[in-house]
Amino acid sequence: MSRTHVTCEVNGDAVDFLTEDGESLLNALRDELGLIGAKEGCGTGDCGACSIIMNGRLQCSCLIFAPEAGGAAITTCEGLASADELHPLQQCFLEGAALQCGICTPGFLIAAKALLDENPDPTETEVRYALAGNLCRCTGYDKIVRSVLEAAVQIRTPA
Amino acid sequence: MSTTEAPASTGTNGNGASGYRWVGTRPVRHDGLDKVAGKARYAADLNLPGMLHGHILRSPHPHARIVSIDTTKAAAMPGVKAVITGADFPEAPPKGATRNLMCTVIARDKVLYSGHAVAAVAASTRREAKAAAEAIEVTYEQLPHVLNIADAMADGAPVIHDNLLTRGVDPRPTEPSNVAARTVYERGDVEQGFGEADIVIEREFSTQAVHQGYIEPHACVVDCDQEGKAVIWASSQGHFMVRSSTATVLGWDTSRIKVIPAEIGGGFGGKTTIYIEPVAALLSTKAGRPVKIVMSREDVFRATGPAPGSIIKMKVGARNDGTITTAKAWLAYENGAFQGIAAMLGCMCVVSAYTLDHLYVEGFDVVLNRPVNVAYRAPSAPAAAFAMDSVVDEIAARLGMDPIDLRLHNCPSQGDPTPYGPKWPMIGLRDCLEAIRDSDHYQTALPDGQGRGVATGFWFNIGEASSATVNLNENGTATVITGSPDIGGSRASMALMAAEELGLDVHLIQPVVGDTEVVGFTDVTEGSRATFATGMAVVEACRDLKTQLRKRAAKTWDCDVEEVEWVDGSAVHGPGEQEPLTLAAITGNAKRTGGPLGATASLNARGAGPAFSVQVADVSVDSETGRVTVERYTTAQDAGTAIHPSYVEGQMQGGVVQGIGWALNEEYIYSDDGNLENPGFLDYRIPVASDLPMIETVIVEVPNPSHPYGVRGVGEVGIVPPLPVLANAVADATGVRISDLPLSPPRVLDALTAAES
Repeated sequence: MSRTHVTCEVNGDAVDFLTEDGESLLNALRDELGLIGAKEGCGTGDCGACSIIMNGRLQCSCLIFAPEAGGAAITTCEGLASADELHPLQQCFLEGAALQCGICTPGFLIAAKALLDENPDPTETEVRYALAGNLCRCTGYDKIVRSVLEAAVQIRTPA
Repeated sequence: MSTTEAPASTGTNGNGASGYRWVGTRPVRHDGLDKVAGKARYAADLNLPGMLHGHILRSPHPHARIVSIDTTKAAAMPGVKAVITGADFPEAPPKGATRNLMCTVIARDKVLYSGHAVAAVAASTRREAKAAAEAIEVTYEQLPHVLNIADAMADGAPVIHDNLLTRGVDPRPTEPSNVAARTVYERGDVEQGFGEADIVIEREFSTQAVHQGYIEPHACVVDCDQEGKAVIWASSQGHFMVRSSTATVLGWDTSRIKVIPAEIGGGFGGKTTIYIEPVAALLSTKAGRPVKIVMSREDVFRATGPAPGSIIKMKVGARNDGTITTAKAWLAYENGAFQGIAAMLGCMCVVSAYTLDHLYVEGFDVVLNRPVNVAYRAPSAPAAAFAMDSVVDEIAARLGMDPIDLRLHNCPSQGDPTPYGPKWPMIGLRDCLEAIRDSDHYQTALPDGQGRGVATGFWFNIGEASSATVNLNENGTATVITGSPDIGGSRASMALMAAEELGLDVHLIQPVVGDTEVVGFTDVTEGSRATFATGMAVVEACRDLKTQLRKRAAKTWDCDVEEVEWVDGSAVHGPGEQEPLTLAAITGNAKRTGGPLGATASLNARGAGPAFSVQVADVSVDSETGRVTVERYTTAQDAGTAIHPSYVEGQMQGGVVQGIGWALNEEYIYSDDGNLENPGFLDYRIPVASDLPMIETVIVEVPNPSHPYGVRGVGEVGIVPPLPVLANAVADATGVRISDLPLSPPRVLDALTAAES
């Protein structure tokens, strides 16, 4: 079976991997690069558990063919924290109890980062619509929305 | 969407008057960092060297005899290492729960629903496995099928199981039917009750099957070795259940199987059973390699869950002063392909929030050609509450009474009989009703153009078997090992209870979910039991440890143990002749006073406190599209004692939103040929963030006297009231009462149009 060599940047690191034709970027991230933060909840772009930021845009990695990532800059959940500090979104999710089972959490964090990168001061309504592509079955979204709004405040006004 | 700014949380923190140091606080959960960093390992996240991928072939027909299966072509395909069919599994007994489990995992002579597992392949890659599975040639003889309760109960209906004789009918039928069981509860004389009532309302309701909708599809990795041992990594609501169920299906001794719990990505009852582990185990045995199976979302919808649809006929009588005296209910619940107890549970729940003199409840469990029901958060209660609390709402409107006052007037208290027999223990229904009545939401006038609905919900809660081991480390920290998977923050709750008992900072306690070989037997997480029952085992182990710690101090001080008390994490000498010894001082010296300190408790938890919830919603209804928008929502729920209030609120909010989905949008839609037409999140639409307002919470605390901290399970009851709450709110907003769920735009629009004409 023919395999394609793909070179790209993931969470600031230059990486490369081999992938079969037709394989999704999600599977390449998980199986070839060991980045298990992105999850497959549906495989059809409906749940957002596989969310990544690719070249500045929020994407479902299950809907992207792995070779399409050639030359791209990708951020996954694993790239949010620095060596000694969590991203404010991660910290606010923890303190705000915004996760229960946690399977959707990486996708929500990425979708929320994509929102705050574009709009650092969103309203509750804007947060709700920005996260409408991410499904959570545990929380009812209340604590997720509150945590994103709190993180926005912290990012705007660093301690 | 009601606001642009988030209102402050109305959740109370139970810690106020309790005097507890740790119980009732809100520490960051111990497993949280891994979960926000993307490091937590769910079942699909594990890969082993040499691992193969399994794929399951599923039936395209709802009801068919399997004439033959030819795997020759599949076995010869690239990468294929093993192919199995039902014939590779032990024979199933002719009937009963064991047969149902075995035949759910893989079909034998017949397929009973579209999506039923028929055969499986293990191959080097996912794609090779899928291609080979699709190359298996199955010859079916199609049989007539039944997809809904009415068809399944009709005279002359195709019979699914030719040995299914209805239980609960005297004399027991001699001919098989699709009615698995009839259940009756009665008290007084309903005909007399209706004769004496001033007002009698009779209505018929229907609800549709819905899926639990956990975001993580079922997944496992199984590694079987040449000595017949199997290690299973799986996501489930109970790894001891995975061990025993896998052993049952394979006819293996449980000692051959070790199950390591992966993190679980949602369950809600849907992961209290197994589907794929025995298949992976048999493939692994045959191939001599580890095998991973991950279900697709389509397979999750077609072949797992769901919760049943129902038809409920409800007749209720009341006096003009608002006293509800009499209820007669007829309930039929879908069971799926194998018999279950859905209707029995519905019968037990349907009038539980009311005191009644006269009662006759009759339920029917019905099998049909759909996947077998699995528990979903307070199973059967939501549909039952939908029927009863819709009728109660009509009674309140007819009598001109406030719907909460009416419910308070008919509210059962401790010592009153339950509809199903025993007397109520201490319960918090009245407190929840008063909490909603007094809430800011209920006290705020309804905005113009909106409708308001209230309703109640009940769930039993259960105890069952749990084990815990608590080890004190030499540096004065503790490790708490339990056998309950952490679905939504239970590690933190276990650590909080241990912290309270030992007087140790909760951050010095490491809660661990142990595998089947490191912790004692623990039942599956169901019935909202983990914090209640497993927490009880943690407390018991900690109390044992406190006795040991006092003995060590007594030994150090050369005094009688009765002179030593355990106060705030230290041994204190009663007569005051010694300086207190901290826990760390004792563990640091443990080798010289008798060795390491550890304790294990295993118990059958009794006295799970029943759960009640009362909820209120304001909705608006778009008369042009029929769309219902939830503008404001408040839920009050009796938690007994909230161990970690944030996660209690989370359970309340999550349950409410699942109930909102059930009420407004979610439903299984089958085509006439028996195939599920909406097996994906695009067409099976669960609520998203932009559909909802904040879910305001009021934690009510009526402590459960059977638990050392007063805990009641909080996981389930929140899903019960939203069905009637929203139906009542829509009726209030539009003047049109809709008795068939979901209240989806087309259905609401049709009802509004019909009412106009």
